[in-house]
Amino acid sequence: MALLEVRDLTVVFQRKGEEPFRAVDGVSFDVEPGQTVGLVGESGCGKSVTSLAIMGLLPKRGAKITGTVRYDGTDLLKLSDKEMRDRRGRDLGMVFQDPLSSLNPVVPIGLQVTEVLERHRGMPRKEAMIEAKDLLDKVGIPDPNRRLKEYPHQLSGGMRQRALIAIALACRPKLLIADEPTTALDVTIQAQILSLMKELVQDLGTALVMITHDLGVVAGLCDEVNVLYGGKVVEKAMRHKLFAEPRHPYTHGLLASIPRLDAAPGEKLTPIKGSVADNIPWSQGCAFAPRCPNALDVCVQVTPAEEDQLGRLLRCHNPVVPGTPAAEEVPV
Amino acid sequence: MVLGLSSKKEKIDGLAESSGTSLAASAWKRLRRSPVFLTGAVIIGIFILISLLSPWLAPHNPADPMLIDQVVKARNEIPPAQPGHPLGGDLQGRDFLSRLLVGSQQTLIVGVGATLIGLSGGLILGTLAGALGGWVDSVVMRIVDVMLSLPSLLLAFSIAAMFARPSQFTVILAVAIVQIPVFARLLRGSMLAQRHSDHVLAATALGVKKGAIVFRHMLPNSLGPVIVQSTLVLATAIIEAAALSFLGLGNPDDRIPEWGQMLGDVQKVFDTHPHLAAWPAICIIIVALGFTLMGETLREALDPKNRR
Repeated sequence: MALLEVRDLTVVFQRKGEEPFRAVDGVSFDVEPGQTVGLVGESGCGKSVTSLAIMGLLPKRGAKITGTVRYDGTDLLKLSDKEMRDRRGRDLGMVFQDPLSSLNPVVPIGLQVTEVLERHRGMPRKEAMIEAKDLLDKVGIPDPNRRLKEYPHQLSGGMRQRALIAIALACRPKLLIADEPTTALDVTIQAQILSLMKELVQDLGTALVMITHDLGVVAGLCDEVNVLYGGKVVEKAMRHKLFAEPRHPYTHGLLASIPRLDAAPGEKLTPIKGSVADNIPWSQGCAFAPRCPNALDVCVQVTPAEEDQLGRLLRCHNPVVPGTPAAEEVPV
Repeated sequence: MVLGLSSKKEKIDGLAESSGTSLAASAWKRLRRSPVFLTGAVIIGIFILISLLSPWLAPHNPADPMLIDQVVKARNEIPPAQPGHPLGGDLQGRDFLSRLLVGSQQTLIVGVGATLIGLSGGLILGTLAGALGGWVDSVVMRIVDVMLSLPSLLLAFSIAAMFARPSQFTVILAVAIVQIPVFARLLRGSMLAQRHSDHVLAATALGVKKGAIVFRHMLPNSLGPVIVQSTLVLATAIIEAAALSFLGLGNPDDRIPEWGQMLGDVQKVFDTHPHLAAWPAICIIIVALGFTLMGETLREALDPKNRR
């Protein structure tokens, strides 16, 4: 049985006097123990909302969550606030995007690490401090004894993210959700943080849900990849399969838009036309159709169903034929 | 080679350490060079020093009517300046300089006391509203709105007048209650901002208990503006307490001098002996100015938007 089973997760934001907005629309995926699963998509595709829904961090009012999120057999969405609070940090850890704003600026790092240990493992402060030192050591923060007493602003960006990872992993959660953990860091630090996460996940056997818009991160880390568009999974496959042979035009476009090292100087990038705002509702067809180079008439009439194609889930009427080169250059 | 590397590492570590300056540190750096802040700080420093040392600084007992034989009520005569009494005496023949010096003590007590009580009240209400939100927030904020809609001095008078026997404590209380809504609204605002901040979300994601989130994560991050506000409130509290005493709602026991009360006592002889009113008035103005200068510069320095 999978460690985390997300089935048909739907989040609808409803405000008085406004059209309800389906941020996440029937997302399903599994995470096996020790596995790394990626949720990929551009801004506004519902990846962060998915993670917040799993963690139970969406506001009670205004957000309607349906579906099931089974963690080790229990449905997290049915737990009470208190039960969920006990699980957060202990069973489920989370690393956020911006390491500076995710740390409390007026509390020393040490206290922020021990806070979780005291809360979930009932450790006395002194013991927790020793454990905190080990944790900082493990995530590669040099001179942990000094750093424990320092405030977030005294740490560099990479060190802050390391500290956040240490905090998230302090209670050895079986599942870690990382919401764009490298977005706020520069490229060299990104690489360090990713290899650290890879290492820790392997050492501790933690399952990881990696949320990112960066396909480079996915390529380096994830076992299975879910590509989200407009709140639905449009393509799901194992990493190698997805990168070697993207079938959904959106995935294809995402991969084609990555700058290549072997491209000639001055060569233009190949973007996906339009923006996320150019959606049509899934109920009236395929949300990606207005931007899709492969769009047919049927795409704006019938909602594409999810099809299983030899271990790959695909939601498309007219998938890309394997072997098609990147879409031709878009005139600017 | 190894040695060279380690010394280089230390150098880099040192640089890294010095480069990160906290908000407080950078604020202090700027304040130190601000003449306005220094003026305020010097005034407040001298004021606090005088009020602490006044029992020893005062040449005479401020309650002793030692010059009473020079007071002639019928001819409206009061003791003039004379050797040993540089500012002369007051209407009861007491040494005026001593009363002025010792008066600073009461003024300080009233100002600090009223600010502290107002601050605590504001902290409680603001924390309740900001932390719980929902209907608690609405109820607390409506109460605050009602209190703010009344002119503050009028509200202070009404509260002070409710007590049958006015005393120093009733003055402090009256002035303090008026300050509560100011603090409450300010704190609630920054608490709400904290509530939606990333680090509070991160703490929630770690399963930290609600109480700990409020008191360890939200409250300490919201206190900056409140601290600045309290230096400004100190100034208004002193002025309002003086106003209450001036109108006779202050401490009726005039053996312990207080500037506002001294001002009130000489109302009748103001046109013939203006110096009796001028001295306490000047003292109040200078002290209030000192706190205001300090508070304003502190607010500017602590505002992250002004940070370079």
